[in-house]
Amino acid sequence: MMLKTTLKGLTTAIKGLRLTVSHLFRARKQRQSVDIKQAKYFDQQEGVATVQYPKVQMPIPEVARYQLDVEIDDCIVCDLCAKACPVDCIDIQAIKSPQAIGHTSDGSVKRLYAAKFDIDMAKCMYCGLCTVVCPTECIIMTDQYDRTSSNLADLTYSFSDLNEQQILQRKAEWTQFQAEKEAAKSKR
Amino acid sequence: MDNLILNILTPLIIFAFIALFTLFAVYAERKIAGFVQDRLGPMETGKFGLLQTFADILKLLQKEFISPRAADRLLFALAPIVIFVAVFIGYSVMPWSPGLIPAQTHTGLFFIMAVVSIDAIGILMAGWGSNNKYSLLGAIRAISQMISYEIPIGLSLIAAVMISQTLDLSLIATNQGIEAQTDIFFLGIWQVNEIGGFLAWNIFQAPHLLIAYVIFFIASLAECNRAPFDIPEAESELIGGFHTEYGGIRFAFIFLAEYAMMFLVAMLGTVIFLGGWNTPLPNIGGLPLAHWTSGIIWGIFWTLSKSLFIVAVQIWIRWTLPRFRADQLMALCWKVLIPLAFVTMAISGLWRILVMI
Repeated sequence: MMLKTTLKGLTTAIKGLRLTVSHLFRARKQRQSVDIKQAKYFDQQEGVATVQYPKVQMPIPEVARYQLDVEIDDCIVCDLCAKACPVDCIDIQAIKSPQAIGHTSDGSVKRLYAAKFDIDMAKCMYCGLCTVVCPTECIIMTDQYDRTSSNLADLTYSFSDLNEQQILQRKAEWTQFQAEKEAAKSKR
Repeated sequence: MDNLILNILTPLIIFAFIALFTLFAVYAERKIAGFVQDRLGPMETGKFGLLQTFADILKLLQKEFISPRAADRLLFALAPIVIFVAVFIGYSVMPWSPGLIPAQTHTGLFFIMAVVSIDAIGILMAGWGSNNKYSLLGAIRAISQMISYEIPIGLSLIAAVMISQTLDLSLIATNQGIEAQTDIFFLGIWQVNEIGGFLAWNIFQAPHLLIAYVIFFIASLAECNRAPFDIPEAESELIGGFHTEYGGIRFAFIFLAEYAMMFLVAMLGTVIFLGGWNTPLPNIGGLPLAHWTSGIIWGIFWTLSKSLFIVAVQIWIRWTLPRFRADQLMALCWKVLIPLAFVTMAISGLWRILVMI
């Protein structure tokens, strides 16, 4: 009994040692990072599996959901993305404009300024619903996924292109426009 | 005066060697572990991560001394010193090359066995002094393991000593090569005093010593608390065992002692069984390979390369085999290794009487 277990222990130990030493010598090879869509993806069974991440990056699928980006020039500040967001991580404040500001690249008319367009990436759950509802496709998911920060505030991405002075100016323009309208009404 | 300088210089050189060996052994350990598991190991610090262990030791040196409030301060502070010194003194009788031995003694092997077992007391001091149940448990396991495994080590060494008839380590090494002072026989039949090489090593002089060497090797793994016998440290069960509470330079010394112990047992096995400083290349006819590759420098080279090879095997085994359970550990020692060691000892006696006459 004891002899049998000892012999079995020895043989299995030798088997294990052979396995590890074969891996040791196979570590001369490095597995290449291959797109998962390729047919030969599972062919690589030998070699070092480590991807030295910041230096080597693995290909990622195009349709994957990563960090958000907003092309603010195309945005019509319709607030649909903020309404669609399940976790309320998008914060938009709009200022109306007296006249049409311009056109987006797909021809929609812009009538609102975005005083604030903040996305809190720390809250974002990467569902992608905001990109679906966007009528001008200005909010998109990029291929960026590794943003780290020691400051939580850095994770709130601000996309508004107006500075404080401009915001005040736009607000003043709108109040003035409304006041003029009121005045015109009362005159009539 | 010259003697005094030499007596101070020798320990310093040995310490420098141990420190350097530890740095590279830890690096090798991590690299081999990485490759075996299809990883890369350390890569960021320096080219191929070569400076990783230097960075580690710098970090350890900068740390402050922290002793737990409930700890036994004296034992806690003394333990790393005792552990390291026990192993360090062991190096004093290890022969490196013909005539190159820190202290020439007639009972070197006996001395080494006696001194290295003090290590167990140091570990018990560390575990008890930490006043932490995991540390104490680890220390108790270490003591039971080290005391048990000293028996097969001792018996397998006795088997070899019965063949070589001396406890003087440098004489044991001399008698396994071309400079042997007695008649030596390959497998007990073919005189190889002139041929030398691996044919003259103890394990080939008497083939049952090969089994004795395997016993010695397995037991020495347990003796230096390495996987698969690392239940005293058992990171997953005992969060490090006896050195849980240690940090900074004290931990560095425990670590240093562990790696020094690895090299010490590898070297002891080399000297007793694998020919010590003697070259593995035999003289073949008109090609005196053994004579070409003997001498002080070659001696150091062969001792180092053989010992480092054994250390590599120890590392290889660590990253292959899972940890033993405590009862399996004891069963292996008492039911397998000790009886086998007794058998090899008996064969040594018979060999002495019947073959070597």
